[in-house]
Parts: sequence; C-alpha cells; structure tokens
Amino acid sequence: MKRRLLLMLPLVGFLVLGAFLYMGLSINPFDRDSALMAREFPAFELTTLEDPERTVDASLLEGEVTLVNVWGEWCPTCKQEMPQLLDLADGGVRLVGVDYKDTREKGREFLAEFGNPFEVNIFDPEGSLGFDLGVYGAPETFLVDREGIIRYHHTGYIRPEDVRETILPEVEKWR
Amino acid sequence: MALITRLLLCAILLWPLLGQAATEVREFDNPVTEQRYRDLTATLRCPKCENQAIDDSESPIAGDMRERVYLQLQDGRSDKEILDFMVSRFGDYVLYNPRLEGRTLLLWGLPAGLVLLGALVVVLMVRARRRTSARDLSTEERARLDELINREKTE
Repeated sequence: MKRRLLLMLPLVGFLVLGAFLYMGLSINPFDRDSALMAREFPAFELTTLEDPERTVDASLLEGEVTLVNVWGEWCPTCKQEMPQLLDLADGGVRLVGVDYKDTREKGREFLAEFGNPFEVNIFDPEGSLGFDLGVYGAPETFLVDREGIIRYHHTGYIRPEDVRETILPEVEKWR
Repeated sequence: MALITRLLLCAILLWPLLGQAATEVREFDNPVTEQRYRDLTATLRCPKCENQAIDDSESPIAGDMRERVYLQLQDGRSDKEILDFMVSRFGDYVLYNPRLEGRTLLLWGLPAGLVLLGALVVVLMVRARRRTSARDLSTEERARLDELINREKTE
C-alpha cells in the first residue's frame, strides 16, 4: 500500500506543477508593481508645457498629495482617459501632467481638444523623466504623497470604475 | 517593362536590409566594449514586450534602453552599474538572468534540488531492490512457497 502511494508521487508532482503553470497563464504581465514604489519621485529639471521659460523640479510635487499622469498626444488611450482625469480634478484631486515624447504644439492641441485637468504639465520631449520613472508606454499614473514619495502606480488606462475603486481610496489614504 | 522588373527585384533584395535598420549602428572604441554592449542588450528584457530582449525589439522603450546602455558604456560604467540602473527604474522584470538573492533562492535552487531528490530516490530504489533479491528465503517463506506450488499442482 505504502509503495503504491509512493508511485503516485510523480503524478502528484506533475499536477502541482500543472496547476502552478496554469495559474501563471492568467497573470497579467503588465500588472507588476513599479520599481519606484515607496521611493522618492526622481529628480528632474524640465520646462512646463504651458511656459517654455518656466523650469520646474521635483519640489513641485511636495506639500500636497498629487496624481502624476504621463500622457502624450500620440497616445490614443490617453484621450479616452481624459474624462476620468477631469472628474478627479473636479473632485479636488491635484493633478500634474507629464507630456511625454511630444511636441509643444501637439501637446497644447491635445489639451485644447480633450480638456486640461492638470494644474501644470511637465514637458518631457526626450522622455528623460519618463525613463527615470520606469515608464514604458503611456498612459501611466503615479500617486505622490506630500513628502514627494511615490505611493501608488497605475499602468495603462484608468477606467471610470478604477477611479472609484482604487484611485480615490488611495488618494484618501495618503492625504 | 524590363526596368520595372529590375527595380522590383532590387527592392525585394534590399528589403531584408531595411528590417535591420531598427537596431542602430553603434561605434565602439574597442571590441571588448562592443561585446559588452551586445551581451547587455541581449540580457535586458524589454519591459513593454512580453518576451523579447531589448536588442531584438522595435518598441520605443527598448530603443531608449539601448541608447542608455551605449551612453553608460561610453562613460566607463561597469556591467553591474548599468544593470542596477535599469533595475532601479524598471524592476527585476528586465533581467533575463535573475540575481541570486534571498527572494530568488527557490527559483535557482529548485531545479538542482529536484535533480538531487531524483538521484536520491533512484539510489534508494536500487538499494531496496538489491536487498530483497539477494536475501535467501527464510524457512517459513520456503514452506509457504512449497505449499503454494503444491496447491497449484493439485488443482
């Protein structure tokens, strides 16, 4: 009897491995956490989209909980996301945009057409700030607390239900 | 007509060359740095793609990462510094060779562990088999064997 049980061992091993790999199939590879979680927002020195003469740095994000949204005119999903961001801004959340790998004209056209929920937009034509943020596509959204520490990260499109279910609770949590 | 055919042939023959233009042409002072560039871009995984090294991907972020690898090599940074630089931004995901550390012990140790376990099982089985076959039958066993054989015969 004991021997027979022992013979079942490879089968059991195989089933465990199978279940493990099957679970792996349903994992979204883009759901991984940002490497910057709980770390300071990276240092930068860039002009704003609105005013080429005005230079801003990471101190821009201190003092208030801020949602930093990385967008670009070339990014179709960013357009779909704008209504949700406008709602957040209406609800009193401070938003700062990063106009990523864009030209000034196109960026401005985008905001004129789809609305501007941002207090200010950091103009990042080379994608250098985006790179330091580990951004590999737009849109991406970071929640920065009042000390300038990154507390939450959302990759990709923010759906209306994401606003209710995750973004707003996270904002409240760090306020 | 013949000209058109010739031009078409030319275009078809040149087509594969266009495909390679996705990866930039880089200049290096020495072959060692060039080899390090090749190795690094082959071992860094593109964060946007699901399973592609940055030297093999046309995704814009892969191009940015190749550029950074190149610039940092020119700056004289070590391989480890460059990999740390990438991991601090894009996470462990970008390493095709996960580092050996506390969190990855299971990952690295499991295959070796399973091979050892398998070897142990084989050794134990061989030993057990050898012991049973080499042992003589006891008097009781012999008596039982005889009884069984005789029963067969009488039936």
